[in-house]
Amino acid sequence: MSHVQLNRISKSFSLRVDGKPQTIHALRDVSFEIAQGEIVALAGPSGCGKTTCLRIIMGLETATSGEITVGGRRVSGCGHDRGMVFQHAELLPWKTAAENIKFALAAKGVASSELDAMAARYLELVNLGHAANRRPHQLSGGMRQRIGIARALAIDPEVLLMDEPFGALDSQTRETLQMEVLSIHQRTRKTVIFVTHDLDEAVLLADRVVVMSQGSVQEIISVDVPRPREDIRAIIASTEFMTKRARIWSALHDAKPRPPILESAA
Amino acid sequence: MSQSTDTAPLAPIAAARPVARAWRMPDWMITTISILVFLGLWESARDHIDPLFASYPSAILKAAWRMTLNGRLPDALWESAQPFLAGYALAAILGVPIGLLLGRYRVLQAAFGIYVTAGYSTPLIALVPLLLLWFGLGFTVKTVIIFLLTFFPICINSWAGVRAVPKSLVEVGTAFCASQQTIMRQIVLPAVLPYIMAGLRLGVGKAVIAMVIAEFLTAISGLGGVIMSSANAFRTADMFVPIILIMVLAVLLTNFVEWIERRIAPWQTELTGHDAP
Repeated sequence: MSHVQLNRISKSFSLRVDGKPQTIHALRDVSFEIAQGEIVALAGPSGCGKTTCLRIIMGLETATSGEITVGGRRVSGCGHDRGMVFQHAELLPWKTAAENIKFALAAKGVASSELDAMAARYLELVNLGHAANRRPHQLSGGMRQRIGIARALAIDPEVLLMDEPFGALDSQTRETLQMEVLSIHQRTRKTVIFVTHDLDEAVLLADRVVVMSQGSVQEIISVDVPRPREDIRAIIASTEFMTKRARIWSALHDAKPRPPILESAA
Repeated sequence: MSQSTDTAPLAPIAAARPVARAWRMPDWMITTISILVFLGLWESARDHIDPLFASYPSAILKAAWRMTLNGRLPDALWESAQPFLAGYALAAILGVPIGLLLGRYRVLQAAFGIYVTAGYSTPLIALVPLLLLWFGLGFTVKTVIIFLLTFFPICINSWAGVRAVPKSLVEVGTAFCASQQTIMRQIVLPAVLPYIMAGLRLGVGKAVIAMVIAEFLTAISGLGGVIMSSANAFRTADMFVPIILIMVLAVLLTNFVEWIERRIAPWQTELTGHDAP
């Protein structure tokens, strides 16, 4: 049974280019379904619409047409059924690590007497219990993104949305966080949708990869690497991993030529 | 062979000595030395200074002592301080919230933003003759002049601050379904705070200028009045006393506002990596 469903999502907006109004189709008829507990990667080159797609699922942008449902309910605007992890963490610089998590909890309506304990629990979940009273600028990029993940998980969403969460991190930190995401997923079985342009990351984390190109779904590829995926080294060296990676690489490079994304408005 | 180098015991190395850190002169000491050198150079030129046209530190200090004892300086200071504090406080109390509202609401900005821009970029000194007609020569007109010159920089900074709030942080509030009130109080306001404080700091300088101008152009009184009457009597050393007092007070007030800023927005220093200019 599908947990998240995108039904013919399109997004277009108008821009004036050289004085001429033009319609830009950021997304065209994007449809896919995601099962409960599944991890799905949206992959593709920059400008392919993967981030726009994620933002529409979160309710930060509205689709021009089409419909999204989460757990059977139609999505419009924000909701505590979805938790967002931003590309650059986007912690509030005037709040400590714990206060950033409490901000999300309070917005959800958690009683103020429970805030401290819950924030501490979620900091522990991402192994940052010792950094509770530090402000974002006293933390490394990796620690900040961990808190971003903890903040999103703290509201106990049904779906975790991640927008290139590890794109700005060095490769070792990225691997550590990828392992943590796998382990958190193993324990919580949340549905996860994440945007990436890193093919290794897509194959390593996802059950299925939605390859996007120029605002449309190019292909949906199942990864079929068994879970739990605990030994990154073994997975990366495995033939299945290599084959899938090559398969997605081809899908990205075989993107059929489509009508130009810019069109003059009639 | 390479295995043996991996496991071979390393030759003992002397315990690392802590790197000797060169002593850095603290900022306040550099500033103090700079002032002392400046005053020394000025004082050393005393024999070349005609006391009618200029003065030198020891003569000014003597004049300051005399004027403090006979009560002329404290009286003038108290006279100046009243409209200064009243005008500045009024400008801050009205300027900050009006600036925030202009930045937050499109309609208010479209309707009233133009007046604030006009007020900020017009030399409001031009209005003084009119203000004299309306408010007379006393405390009221001085307060109004100080208010007018101080209000606009404070207001325009708060306004610009709201418009400079990072959209991505407001989106965090939206994504977590925070109420508009929470977004305003916990995201917009802290992000605007450095701008508000910069406006208040600029306002100190503007208010000092306005105070002296008001005392020159309306009833001659206060520290500005002392400057005028001393100059007219060719008592040049006396004239320098209020000028230097105003300088010192303006610097102290500006530093005080900066100190408040560091207390209520300590993350700003962390963000920019240095203290506010």
